Amino acid sequence: MKPPAFRYLAPHTLEEALALRAEHAGDSAVLAGGQSLMPLLNLRMAFPGTLIDVGRVSELAGIREWDGGVAIGAMTRQRAAERSKLIGERAPLVAKALPSIGHPAIRNRGTIGGSIAHADPAAELPAVALALDAELVAASSSGERTIPASDFFAGYLTTSLAPDELLVEIRLPSLPDGHGSAFVELARRHGDFALVGVGAAVALDAAGAIADARLVFIGVGGAPVRAHEAEALLRGATPTDEVYAEAAERARDEIDPGSDSHASGAYRRRIAGVLAQRALREATP
Amino acid sequence: MSVQVSLTVNGVERSAAVEERRTLADFLREELGLTGTHLGCEHGICGSCTVIVDGVSARSCLMLAVQADGAEVTTIEGLLEGGELGVLQQACRDSHAFQCGYCTPGFLMTATELLSENPNPTESEVREAISGNLCRCTGYESIVQAILLAAERGA
Repeated sequence: MKPPAFRYLAPHTLEEALALRAEHAGDSAVLAGGQSLMPLLNLRMAFPGTLIDVGRVSELAGIREWDGGVAIGAMTRQRAAERSKLIGERAPLVAKALPSIGHPAIRNRGTIGGSIAHADPAAELPAVALALDAELVAASSSGERTIPASDFFAGYLTTSLAPDELLVEIRLPSLPDGHGSAFVELARRHGDFALVGVGAAVALDAAGAIADARLVFIGVGGAPVRAHEAEALLRGATPTDEVYAEAAERARDEIDPGSDSHASGAYRRRIAGVLAQRALREATP
Repeated sequence: MSVQVSLTVNGVERSAAVEERRTLADFLREELGLTGTHLGCEHGICGSCTVIVDGVSARSCLMLAVQADGAEVTTIEGLLEGGELGVLQQACRDSHAFQCGYCTPGFLMTATELLSENPNPTESEVREAISGNLCRCTGYESIVQAILLAAERGA
């Protein structure tokens, strides 16, 4: 179908964007790359009175070094992030997850911040933000605040951003040098939303024991789920198939996937454990 | 409310007043009469409406015309070379890479981006590149062969 009628505003600076966001706080949607919002409009699932297109706010795009890690401007296109050497070095889990997002034409337009602010529970980038303890910078006309990823995802397509706020930057702390990461998922067709997906990162200490482990799931609830208990079990352990099987079993208990026309909750839970073991093995340096 | 959109399409400057909610796909087809761009699903899944915007492929159903203001757009009509079929188009014809032809413009624009970035793709790179385009007739085999043939001919 075609999008419903709306008022279209295209600010050129962040200051203008934030002023518009404040003025239309009750009834506006932010258009970034449009790869999630445009389908919602075309399907008449969203009816915003005002569309604030931040695509021409150039200060919102860019990738820079940040405190040993990397900071990504919210309007940075996913394709640009995929090709960024800095992201590949400082946040390899992002680089591993990006190719699973849609298709090249989608990633040419889709943005890092747009996907995170949209907060689809089957989307890769919200899960990556959660796994890496991202700091999400939200701006409004009254100032800026930093939201830890653990407080950001509130449920299905819902975040803790206020209606007058705009996600402006995603700051990703670096994991220890030499850590490995992997993102694996099961989808009906390549590029489809995952039935279940798992992101993992593993760092080893000098003795070969697990110094740090991250394990995050998508498609298993209203928001991405980080398996904290499984991570705790992994820390200090030796990276063996048995340990990974045990961690996967623990993670299965930490998620509560629902059933829909694509897969039952029981199937998702089973697959989540299988994928978790694969992701952990692949992530082991 | 209507808004003036000016852009370059296939090397020609075009301008028209459109409703703000007009998608780029409908703008190309309705305002500019470039009906080579086909609309299938209208929500970004099928890839039929793929065009090139500022050098990279994009779903024209997932862009508003106003977002393309000032952009350079290439559509399937822009693949002609001196009024004749371009190398990629000819390779598709020679390989029988279409049946009903509905998905063809999207495949060709996607392949155009692939070959501009990677002039000698492997078969698996071709399959990965076109994974976002759906064809319900061919089974894809002849499309893959056509893109490889075009690469061989230096498209």
